[in-house]
Amino acid sequence: MTTLLELSEVEARYGPIKALHGVSLTVADGEIVALLGANGAGKTTTLRAVSGTVRHTGEIAFEGKQIARGKPDAVARAGIAHVPEGRGLFTQLSVWENLRMGAYVRGERRTLRAEAPRVFKYFPWLERRRDQQAGTLSGGEQQMLALARALVGRPRLLMLDEPSLGLAPTVVQEIFRIVTELNEEDGLTVLVVEQNANVALDAAARAYVLEVGRVAIEGRSAELRRHEGVRKSYLGY
Amino acid sequence: MALPLAFTWTEFAQQVTSGLAAGSIYASLALALVLIYQTTNVVNFAQGEMATFTTYVAWTMMHHGLSYWPAFALTLLIAFGGGVTVERVLIRPVEHRPEIVIVILTIGLFIAINGLVGWIFGPEVKAFDSPFPNTSIVVGGVSTSVQDIGTFGVCLGTVVVLWLFFRLTTLGLAMRAVAFNPDASRLMGVRVGWMLALGWGFAAVLGAIAGMMAAPTVFLDPDMMLVILIYAFAAAVLGGIDSPVGAVVGGLLIGVVLNVLGAYVNFVGQELRLPTALAVLLLVLVIRPSGLFGRVVVRRV
Amino acid sequence: MRRWVSPAVRAVVLAEAVVLIVLLPRFTSEFRLGQFTYVGIYFVALLGLNILTGYSGQITLGHAAFMAIGGYTAALLILGRSGFELLGQQASHVLPQHGMRAILTIPIAGLVTFVIGCLFGIPALRLAGVSLALATLAVAVSLPAIAKRFEHLTGGGGGLSLPLPHAPFGWHISTPHWLYYEAWVCAGLLFVVAWLLVRGRVGRAWRAIRDGEIAAVSSGVNPAVYKTLAFGISAAYAGVAGALFAIQVSYINPDTFPVTLSLLLLASVVIGGLASLSGVIVGALVLEFLPIYAQSPPIVHLHFAKQAGPVVFGVTLMLIVLLIPGGAASLLTRLTRPIKPRRTSVVD
Repeated sequence: MTTLLELSEVEARYGPIKALHGVSLTVADGEIVALLGANGAGKTTTLRAVSGTVRHTGEIAFEGKQIARGKPDAVARAGIAHVPEGRGLFTQLSVWENLRMGAYVRGERRTLRAEAPRVFKYFPWLERRRDQQAGTLSGGEQQMLALARALVGRPRLLMLDEPSLGLAPTVVQEIFRIVTELNEEDGLTVLVVEQNANVALDAAARAYVLEVGRVAIEGRSAELRRHEGVRKSYLGY
Repeated sequence: MALPLAFTWTEFAQQVTSGLAAGSIYASLALALVLIYQTTNVVNFAQGEMATFTTYVAWTMMHHGLSYWPAFALTLLIAFGGGVTVERVLIRPVEHRPEIVIVILTIGLFIAINGLVGWIFGPEVKAFDSPFPNTSIVVGGVSTSVQDIGTFGVCLGTVVVLWLFFRLTTLGLAMRAVAFNPDASRLMGVRVGWMLALGWGFAAVLGAIAGMMAAPTVFLDPDMMLVILIYAFAAAVLGGIDSPVGAVVGGLLIGVVLNVLGAYVNFVGQELRLPTALAVLLLVLVIRPSGLFGRVVVRRV
Repeated sequence: MRRWVSPAVRAVVLAEAVVLIVLLPRFTSEFRLGQFTYVGIYFVALLGLNILTGYSGQITLGHAAFMAIGGYTAALLILGRSGFELLGQQASHVLPQHGMRAILTIPIAGLVTFVIGCLFGIPALRLAGVSLALATLAVAVSLPAIAKRFEHLTGGGGGLSLPLPHAPFGWHISTPHWLYYEAWVCAGLLFVVAWLLVRGRVGRAWRAIRDGEIAAVSSGVNPAVYKTLAFGISAAYAGVAGALFAIQVSYINPDTFPVTLSLLLLASVVIGGLASLSGVIVGALVLEFLPIYAQSPPIVHLHFAKQAGPVVFGVTLMLIVLLIPGGAASLLTRLTRPIKPRRTSVVD
């Protein structure tokens, strides 16, 4: 399997506070990889370093090439879709307008016309509610809209930051079911940051556990499930 | 505060229509202010002076033989370029600084352009041609000047065109997205910096239109837009500094109210029109700072 | 803000400045003396503006309006109803019958503007930043129109001509000298007052409010009181400056203190350095001399139009904002900083 995304000794800081102390990880084409860890471990910062919304030192390579530093729009155009913590929806725009923005990265009109049917296949209710203001959707619906919006741009890599945050277990299951389906059917590569280790390890093939800005544990999901440290700290048994 | 002895509905209607024409000019400039405020979160105190400058450019072209509408179109292009340039060169470096700092920067721009206009073109008052004939038409007993109708048409027409642009085009959608959530827009591949520059470009175009529509009546001089800028501020504040609809409605409202008050209330007369507009501005700021259509932001201490 | 100049250096500079100011009339022509008198007047006005905008963080585009109020107060008191009649104008009944000595009108002008400034400060509490700038702009722009309207009180558009000033109490001192010292004595006194305020509890409260009102409240500072006080005090300074100006020029009309002056005052205080009392002198010098030198630069024998002044002013202001936000004062601090190991404390 070819490596799609590779981080080598990535460091990042927020002002004087260092959040990442040298993170190295890889995501292969067609994989789902989970990034686990407690609050403040640096999971979100890692995604931000990739998408360029936080400055980093160290190497980040996408499709073998160095990623554009500090330019989120260039990263998006390279084919990485980042669904941030809090979803980053345009709450005052309609569902349809949010989707249009998702297609912006590849040329709005053409892309949306081509991709909309596929997206509506996974999220049929979106078509019915296209004129509804995004801010009036429920939490779970907003998460799904954010996901749909990311998909519309035909990304090579999808990065999800805490998709389960604030959502009911059934909704979380549904979201991960869709992500898994996208991965199996369309070969979508996914890097997902999650505090809910259980759900993440179910969906992902491999996982990394971050602690205090470093990779503490890594391996295949099945192994991590058996790992005593992981079980105690993140799985609760 | 006496009403004149003879009040006729016809005369009232005339005051209203000419008020609407003046109001459409205020609305254009107010919309420019709101446009910039919504995208870059800056109140551009130099908006009026930029409009004055572009109007002088138009005048120069017309004085060198160019006929009205080609000069008009060319001026709009120049204004657009000027607005984009100002944003990229002056505003971008100080984007992240506090509000006060950027306000002071635009005030510096105001002072500089005001002086520059006088320097390059001379301080004498100049006449500015109007594309509309100096006639009136009578509709239902109400006599309206063609100039007023034309002004109203051009200003509101531009507003409508802009509205369509923002609603229907991709670029317009991207600019709206940037106004609501610049960070998320970046993740969608939007070059936020250029969207802001475009916003300034469009605002400059609106200003140029306001200037060219006002100049035939108020005559061209370096301080031409100063009073109109104040009216535009009053309109933007009245409508809600973050509401484009509010800016337009506010502008029309102020145009009409000032005209009517000026004609019928002796105390206001012609001299106190400006202070009246400002009293409105102050009242709105103190009573309902978010204006008629703006969003209410609660500041808890 | 980390700007630290050793007190010894400051004291020496201040002493030198005082000596310079006192001795200046011996070395300069009458014309130049007049210019430096204006510098003194602007110094007073800018002190007040810096207190309001630099130290308490409330932006105002209407400072010249308070100068106008001070100027008119002084003018009306100097003329009295009899003075109006001499000018052939009808006077309002509120004016006193006889005129007052010019010098006495200065503190009264300051008091009047203090009260009006406080009154304005109260509704201004609800505004901040841009809204406040707009509101103050509103006042500044409408004041000339109102002055023109109420002729019996202000002499209308024609303005008021004042009797030529001369040294009071029969002192034997030429008028230009008198006016110069009058302005600079006021400037000196008011500088000391400003210095004491800024150094003391009031100044600390202002800075706390400027840097974060919510935090200031939690440290027990009542923003309403201090913000209103700042408005009143800055207005008082403007009023004194306006009175001095009216006496100097012996004339006042609604256009003596236009909106552009308010803008230039703000520009000068920023160029000099916000929240820096020492920068104010730079601002005052710039305000008086920059337009003159922009029009006729000293070494190059060129002559530009009158409008060169505002252009250079505006460009300078923008450059300062972009490149040297602390204004001239921060430049001076960098030059005079003693070579010592850096202090480890962070905020002042």
